[in-house]
Amino acid sequence: MLKRRIAAAVIVKDGIAVQSIGFQRYLPLGRPEIAVEFLSHWGADEIVLLDISAARQRRVVSPELVKRVAARCLVPLAVGGGIGSVDDIDRLLQAGADKVCINRALFHAPDFVTAAAQKFGNQCVVASIDVAGGEVYEYLSASTGGLDPLTFARRAESLGVGEILLNAVERDGRRAGFDVDLNAVVSAGLTIPVIALGGAGTPGHFREVFQRTNVRAACAANFFHYSEHSIIRLKADLLNDDLAVRLETSATYREAPRDGEGRLLKKSDEELERLLYIRIEKEII
Amino acid sequence: MGAEVLYRMSSRLKVVVVDYGVGNTHSVANAVAFLGYAPSVTADPAALNRADVLVLPGVGAFAPAMQTLRTSGLVDLLAELVVVKRKPILGICLGMQLMAEDSEENGHHVGLGWIPGHVRRLRVPSEYPVPQVGWNDVQLLQRDPLFNRTGDTPNFYFDHSYHFVCEPAFQAAVCDYAGPVTAAVQRDNVFGVQFHPEKSQASGLKLLRGFFVSVGG
Repeated sequence: MLKRRIAAAVIVKDGIAVQSIGFQRYLPLGRPEIAVEFLSHWGADEIVLLDISAARQRRVVSPELVKRVAARCLVPLAVGGGIGSVDDIDRLLQAGADKVCINRALFHAPDFVTAAAQKFGNQCVVASIDVAGGEVYEYLSASTGGLDPLTFARRAESLGVGEILLNAVERDGRRAGFDVDLNAVVSAGLTIPVIALGGAGTPGHFREVFQRTNVRAACAANFFHYSEHSIIRLKADLLNDDLAVRLETSATYREAPRDGEGRLLKKSDEELERLLYIRIEKEII
Repeated sequence: MGAEVLYRMSSRLKVVVVDYGVGNTHSVANAVAFLGYAPSVTADPAALNRADVLVLPGVGAFAPAMQTLRTSGLVDLLAELVVVKRKPILGICLGMQLMAEDSEENGHHVGLGWIPGHVRRLRVPSEYPVPQVGWNDVQLLQRDPLFNRTGDTPNFYFDHSYHFVCEPAFQAAVCDYAGPVTAAVQRDNVFGVQFHPEKSQASGLKLLRGFFVSVGG
């Protein structure tokens, strides 16, 4: 059966991976390629690399950056930031991207979106749609123009995009949960898959958005960056709730004791003593 | 996967990733290099001739890809190498679909015709999004050589709106997406996978390793 995906977003500002809060405050995390390498090893099903300074500086996410990141990424890589031409996409795919996220061109250049989907296939083109106050949000002008998210997403679908990355701006960095209503309405009204973004703070938030909506993937950034093996522990929780996700890392934490917030508890001294004498063979591919 | 996984290094197998301007050749070459081979990414006839094994990647639409292969002279060259000289080849995603007789993607288009079968749109109930995007389990029908190093029901990353409809004799694996969907095909020296082994972490690396080892790597 097709599994729900756990995608990890890496937000890049001025060449540095950052934590974003409400699209307003940014805390530095480090080099993007290092963040991606860890997320890929920890079993993220997909990586979304978004350069949020690109459009503002009237440039495109750097193919050089994408090349460095792609070399360490063994899962699908979607990249976004200022993409506005077929040549841009060509360069980014050459650099190792698998998909591109289109945001501003959805408003201003619908013909380009269709041309991109025709040339590279619809699986290659993701519409990244920001929503605030129930309306489509334009982040450069930081305003909404009365556009209904579902109508806008349907238009993107008819332009030929293969997926929608649906970002609830007001929930960005708040750790209060995904916007279930928004994701439910949009995912029910489309035939292409929707990826929920914005608001993840606990494993329960992923469970909620998967159980109550038809989104095929849930994406988070900040949630994954601050603890080791965060993706593996999240997936273990979802599997224990009978949600089908992919968990193929050699460590799974499915039996590991946790506290109420999903953090790992120390194992008992007897268990640690036992583990001392277990030899784990290295797997050779 | 992670620090606990070792990758066997250094093989002299000459892997050539066929570069015809369509697709994520860089991703494929990355994964092949990860396993310790030194792949070349090229469409140069001499290099293709010298290759021990070919990889035909591809993303995008069927017709432009065939058109590009045709105008660059690769249709004839590949036919000679694969059909006459029987060089092993692995098609990935669209690269696999191109091996069919024809496709109905945006019209009717003739393919390379190496494996009897037709590429058809995924026709699934409305609650199943199209494209199928994500990780799906595959059911193995022929273990050798592609799946002899993977688990019994490995999962791989799929991303496609069309699929390869063919006789079970040519299917190596299927996945379930509101019914069986061809996940891998094989016929003599011709192999293809609908999913992306280069983007399927450890399972994908194991598949690539199994394939390369089977042809002498």
